[in-house]
Amino acid sequence: MVLYRDHDEKLDLLKAGKLSLLENVKEFLKRIDANKDINAFNFVFEKDALESAEIIQEKIKSGKFGKLAGMVIAIKDVLSIQNKPLTCSSKILENFHSVYTATAVQKLINEDAVIIGKTSCDEFAMGSSNENSAFGPVKNPIDKTRVPGGSSGGSAAALAANLCDASIGTDTGGSIRQPAAFTGLIGLKPTYGRVSRFGLTAYASSFDSIGPFAKNSSDLPKIMDVLSGQDLNDSTSISSSSIIDEDISKIKIGVPKEFFAAGLDTEIKSRIDQIISILEKNFEIVEIELPNTKYSIAAYYILTTAEASSNLSRYDGVRYGHRSKSNINLQDLYESSRSEGFGDEVKRRIMLGTYVLSAGYYDAYYRKAQKVRRIIKNDFEKAFDKVDLILSPTTPTTAFKIGEKTDDPLSMYLNDIYTTPANLVGIPAISIPIGNDSNNLPIGLQFMANIFEESKLIAVSKFIENNLVKK
Amino acid sequence: MNTEFESVIGLEVHAQLLTSTKIFCGCSTKFGNPPNSNVCPICLGHPGTLPVLNKKVVEFAVMLGLATNCSINERSIIARKNYFYPDLPKGYQISQFEEPICENGFIEIELEDKSKKKIRIKRIHMEEDAGKLIHDQGDDTLVDLNRCGTPLLEIVTEPDISNAKEAYSYLSSLKQILTYLEICDGNMEEGSLRCDANISIRPKGTIELGTRTEVKNMNSFRNVERAIDFEIERQIELVEEGGEVIQQTLLWNADLNEAFPMRGKEESHDYRYFPDPDLVPVVVDEIWKSELEKRLPELPQKRKVRFVTEYGIPEYDSEVLTSEKEIADYFEETVKTTKNYKSASNWIMVDVLKVIKDEKISITDFKLSPENLGKLINLINSNIISGKIAKEVFPEILKSNVDPEIIVKEKGLIQISDTSEIEKAIDEIISQNEKQVEEYKSGKDKVFGFFVGQVMRATKGKANPQIVNDLLKQKLSS
Ligand SMILES: [Zn+2]
Repeated sequence: MVLYRDHDEKLDLLKAGKLSLLENVKEFLKRIDANKDINAFNFVFEKDALESAEIIQEKIKSGKFGKLAGMVIAIKDVLSIQNKPLTCSSKILENFHSVYTATAVQKLINEDAVIIGKTSCDEFAMGSSNENSAFGPVKNPIDKTRVPGGSSGGSAAALAANLCDASIGTDTGGSIRQPAAFTGLIGLKPTYGRVSRFGLTAYASSFDSIGPFAKNSSDLPKIMDVLSGQDLNDSTSISSSSIIDEDISKIKIGVPKEFFAAGLDTEIKSRIDQIISILEKNFEIVEIELPNTKYSIAAYYILTTAEASSNLSRYDGVRYGHRSKSNINLQDLYESSRSEGFGDEVKRRIMLGTYVLSAGYYDAYYRKAQKVRRIIKNDFEKAFDKVDLILSPTTPTTAFKIGEKTDDPLSMYLNDIYTTPANLVGIPAISIPIGNDSNNLPIGLQFMANIFEESKLIAVSKFIENNLVKK
Repeated sequence: MNTEFESVIGLEVHAQLLTSTKIFCGCSTKFGNPPNSNVCPICLGHPGTLPVLNKKVVEFAVMLGLATNCSINERSIIARKNYFYPDLPKGYQISQFEEPICENGFIEIELEDKSKKKIRIKRIHMEEDAGKLIHDQGDDTLVDLNRCGTPLLEIVTEPDISNAKEAYSYLSSLKQILTYLEICDGNMEEGSLRCDANISIRPKGTIELGTRTEVKNMNSFRNVERAIDFEIERQIELVEEGGEVIQQTLLWNADLNEAFPMRGKEESHDYRYFPDPDLVPVVVDEIWKSELEKRLPELPQKRKVRFVTEYGIPEYDSEVLTSEKEIADYFEETVKTTKNYKSASNWIMVDVLKVIKDEKISITDFKLSPENLGKLINLINSNIISGKIAKEVFPEILKSNVDPEIIVKEKGLIQISDTSEIEKAIDEIISQNEKQVEEYKSGKDKVFGFFVGQVMRATKGKANPQIVNDLLKQKLSS
């Protein structure tokens, strides 16, 4: 296999004729086949990928090609692609095919990326281990007894195992950053609204963000720029300026003490301390307070399940998706189709969400959680008055064993403790690999920035990539 | 001792809006297309689709709010109403709950004794319609989602209505406003205007509201009246027999003239309203609001008053003419051609409206242009034709909308006002009817009519009747 550092280099090789895109895609397809045990893909688009490889190869030859020409990308199976299956790793959508293409995916296609397939995830993006898939768990390529994280575990595993050049995930409470941390990748959750959600199967609409996984800090902004932009099909999308090579020499980095309290793995903590001491030589680092982030997990699980309970009502067995054979009457059709079609975690969240929206409980749960969301937002606004970036661990532990937490949803939920605040607030956040623990498992470092300040996140990612010796 | 009861009624009206596209997608709202042809992934609720609010719907809501004296909320929230039903693809209806777009308005209605009463409007909100279930095609129930996503405004009153007549009057006024604004066709029979009534009774003079029931499925103004009367009577009888009204939903059966309780399960919904995270708050700033205010047409009540003062027609005429915007427009177009306002009013109220009623058409489908009607009236006024001839000309110009002046000329219907010609006819008739002349002279005034008839017959109805009268009197008494 011809190796290249990043997409810039790949494009140079392609332009120079030193690399054949068709051969490159064939190589990826071979590797995907050889790594089936990881279970990263729900669907591989062999024929389409080879076809578009040929077309894009010609375009490159002709000199007229898109920004992502030849980049081989895997898409999380919660995004619609016309005439392709869309399962969200759920039995309830087992035979569903999309009739239109998600805006984000269309933008990648328009810039001549090669879509190689759709990756596994936790069912409807609900989970932190990719074990909640109707098609079986995904394995972490770094240690196949461990989870790749979730919910975008398939996208992370596919890239970590070199089955593509980059991948697209979605992040509702950490679903890009946590798997990035567990598999040693860079993962970016953009500002809420920066990327159109049109075509993204909703889990929690006011939290869901689409973002990239990359192996280097130069591919990341390229993909991010293509994904970004206001979309008339998504009223919550916002136009944004493109990502620039930002000078961060004068920035201030805040370290919230709340993120380094009990529960954080000691190896992660000491590695981050090391990093901080290196960063201190170049940047001003200050301790900050985010006192109300301790309520993040609670608020997150009330609000996301509330939205999910409503978002998932459409899967009722009436128009598409799984319909139970037991349907003696309408009520029975609903109950059996949904009981058979949804997995346990999805059912748990639908029930939780239905409960918090119910008459008599709405004020105590939903409305209060909305207030908490605003309070946490205020915490961050105050913090960003003082600092440019906020540094924290991405996860409290490194990748855990498959099956380790499946019977303990609460401890699974706590895995999102550092990532959920960014989704509650709507700010961008990145997870950057900073070395491994004693089990040789990757450790992720999270940076959060103010809305639309992705440039700072990418700049700091580049800095770490260039200046820190990976252990 | 018999307690006297009074009834307390609130109405919830759904008005289907006349936008060309649906509220959250680009699908057509056209009625009568084949089932499931006006649909797209968005209104079918496919995974990943998102609603985008149709700006026209906001404009229509604000216009209705302004026309009904509501305050317009600068920021209003779109919410989801969650329930499962096969005509609801997303499993929730997008609507408004807390913070609707319009609040605290009123519509003034006229009571039987001509006094006015304000019916307060609690709120107006925007929402999407559901699809339709079709039960009469074999054993299966079929679903047609063409209507799904059609924009609706829900207009909710305070419990200010005291009886069925007031309800009828409120509905008429509301329909009139909706059609004047041209935002809804107001057709209850076709379902573009739907009305549910919340009804309770209480001992006269007490303040506390009784337990209310909701009556649905009334598909005409008359049925709303009947259903309300029925339900009030039912509640009073129930209470008088020692029973208790229970909160429930009843469905009106127009064939049986009776309301029946809905099955329990369907009404025990907890809709779990919450703000729709897919839609940002609707913001109507002062600039937009005043722009819409400027676009408001003259509303029926104002127009009615103006017709009386400007055209000097009786209040009754004005009421009939302004009952529908198109009729009022027709009148105003007509009086651009003729200055005989009362005559124009008469012609429209009697002749034009009769044709419309008989042919079951709307005035917009009425072929005769107001200009040609005005010309016809002018022909009478200037004594070119008689009123009688005009009534004959009217059906002739009706279908083809020809200029009455041309018809009158072509058919030689111009009135004879030439006294010598009429005199000639009179002389002849007098000489041929000596017996009747004798009778008249001996005091039998009735015979006068006979002479008029004869003269008119001799002149084929074209003689100016006033001149005939004058000359006859003159000749007979000489
Ligand atoms: Zn549609």
